[in-house]
Amino acid sequence: MRSTPSTFELLPIAPFMPHTTMPLATPLLDVRNLSVGFRTDRGDVTAIEDVSFQVRPGEILGIVGESGCGKSVTSRSIMRLLPERNSFVDSRSEILFDGVNLAQADESVMRSIRGNRIAMIFQEPMTALNPVFTIGWQLDEALKYHTKMNRSERRTHVVEMLRTVDIPHPEQRYREYPHQLSGGMRQRVVIALALCCGPELLLADEPTTALDVTIQAQILRLMDELRKNSDTAVVLITHDLGVIAQICDRVIVMYAGQIVETSEVQPLFARPQHPYTKALLESIPQPGPDHHQARLPTIDGVVPSLFELPAGCRFQDRCPYKVEQCVTEQPRLSKEVHMRKVRCFFPINES
Amino acid sequence: MPLIEVSDLVKYFPVRGGVFNRVIRQVHAVNGVSFAIEKGEILGVVGESGCGKSTLGKLLIRLLEATAGQVLFRGRDISNLSSAQLMPIRRQMQMIFQDPHSSLNPRMTVGAAVREMLAFHEIVPKQEIRAEVDELFSKVGIHTDSKEKYPHEFSGGQKQRVGIARALAVNPEFIIADEPVSALDVSIQAQVLNLLMDLKDEFDLTMLFISHDLKVIDHFCDRMLVMYLGFVVEEMPCRDIHADALHPYTRALLGANPSADPTQRHELTVLEGEVPSPYDLPVGCPFAARCELVTQQCRHEMPPLVDRESGHRVACWEV
Repeated sequence: MRSTPSTFELLPIAPFMPHTTMPLATPLLDVRNLSVGFRTDRGDVTAIEDVSFQVRPGEILGIVGESGCGKSVTSRSIMRLLPERNSFVDSRSEILFDGVNLAQADESVMRSIRGNRIAMIFQEPMTALNPVFTIGWQLDEALKYHTKMNRSERRTHVVEMLRTVDIPHPEQRYREYPHQLSGGMRQRVVIALALCCGPELLLADEPTTALDVTIQAQILRLMDELRKNSDTAVVLITHDLGVIAQICDRVIVMYAGQIVETSEVQPLFARPQHPYTKALLESIPQPGPDHHQARLPTIDGVVPSLFELPAGCRFQDRCPYKVEQCVTEQPRLSKEVHMRKVRCFFPINES
Repeated sequence: MPLIEVSDLVKYFPVRGGVFNRVIRQVHAVNGVSFAIEKGEILGVVGESGCGKSTLGKLLIRLLEATAGQVLFRGRDISNLSSAQLMPIRRQMQMIFQDPHSSLNPRMTVGAAVREMLAFHEIVPKQEIRAEVDELFSKVGIHTDSKEKYPHEFSGGQKQRVGIARALAVNPEFIIADEPVSALDVSIQAQVLNLLMDLKDEFDLTMLFISHDLKVIDHFCDRMLVMYLGFVVEEMPCRDIHADALHPYTRALLGANPSADPTQRHELTVLEGEVPSPYDLPVGCPFAARCELVTQQCRHEMPPLVDRESGHRVACWEV
């Protein structure tokens, strides 16, 4: 049956519930003042600066921003996947996961957490899977390492996981290699791999960017079910504001290595406070005859190079509201008001 | 007369194998596609990966040879022209690619890349080439001081502008843009779309705009073709596709597209099943295996692309 646009808009995926009305659960992940830099041929460079946020069980936190804004560095530093050779984490940074500071944790502690209590999904499913081992072998390996299950229990569990992520004929797929699956199925296998130890926190770094929209819809539905059924906390990194609008509860907007705005999803889209957020939202093509072939509002200029950051606000060169103060002084992230913070001297849409 | 007229275009890619390296099977990439593009029109082509949209673009410009079918450029069949005969026509058709990084020579300055086009096609006399390069760069919004830089010194959006300058250098009439904004961030995507729109008016261009992103197609194009498994399943004007689209596949694409408005959260349409193999095409409707409206007829008989009303064609038995 063909649904008309008006009917399918009325079926909510997860009705929006402002967190202010609910008692706040203790955060599972509490990132405080995370600053990460890299040593390069051109000298040291700070990739992310003073990033702080919290994620609670059952919550989907979106991190959005353009290429090079530091969203992937954030997730990789939580997993401690950045190369120690040329990266450094500021000593004041804290990554508290269930009370344990991951920024200072031993590699042995990290190994027991990685893939077990915290799992990660990467953008390119082909590189996350080993081409010379079967799907079943790769899922089995994670269970062998992290659980005490015996061989037949593991096999049953793996087949069950493949069924959970909607892989048809899981017993047969168990014996197949990654190249025998389509892109969407591979990404679902990567998700099964991430989920097989029942993680409490899932870090998804552009999980749907390389996929077609119909496959993306499957993956997003899966993540939404996961947080509802298993109370998993999800950090979803994406550049797609549509994905953020559809499934996230709260969102962090990053620009040139800093958080510029953080808010619950609905107020952010309704009343963006940072000029960058506003401009980003406006530059999305809108459907409908009124907007057809109209000029899109753009953000002039480009993101500043991390090597040549301006003294004041990092968005100053592209901001239509720039004044003298923005050039000389760096704005700080404001105190939280109604679950919102913004890094701007003159936030727009302030109530 | 339309600028481009395509009739029953077919492209099979042979797959070789076995002891004698014979053709063992065929990938059916494009299966009998027909359409026309009027002068000054932007025709969008939308579909998922592997639906044959890029192959279609390459067939039009003869970067690939069609297995069967005709491409008429201003009424002249270009499918059988020799490369010498094709040369003056190639000058009128240019292509913009998805990944501006791999389509520019990393060892050539961007200025040289554009100069090469002007010199090779003898667009302007030698002494005017420099001035012409400067003018092209200013039209696409690149500072003329940058023309002695190499591609790696530019951001993705700027590289795409260089790709556009290169395509425009020969003063083409027809541009095939294959996912020109897909690799770009949303704010840069908006800049490049605006630029293409301005240049279209200024140079009086006709365009085939290929994209997997229905939002961009809807915004930018006059009409669109929706492709599935190498078939056109719907052809329609882009004024209000949310209201007008009829084919279940087009509706599914629309329903799967997350809207950037959290107040309009809806159950995203999830298509069950997988795209059929392009090696053995299904007998009936290509979308039958995943369609909600499927009937016995759909499984056995291929629906023809039928005109519903002014320029809206749909290939479906049920809608």
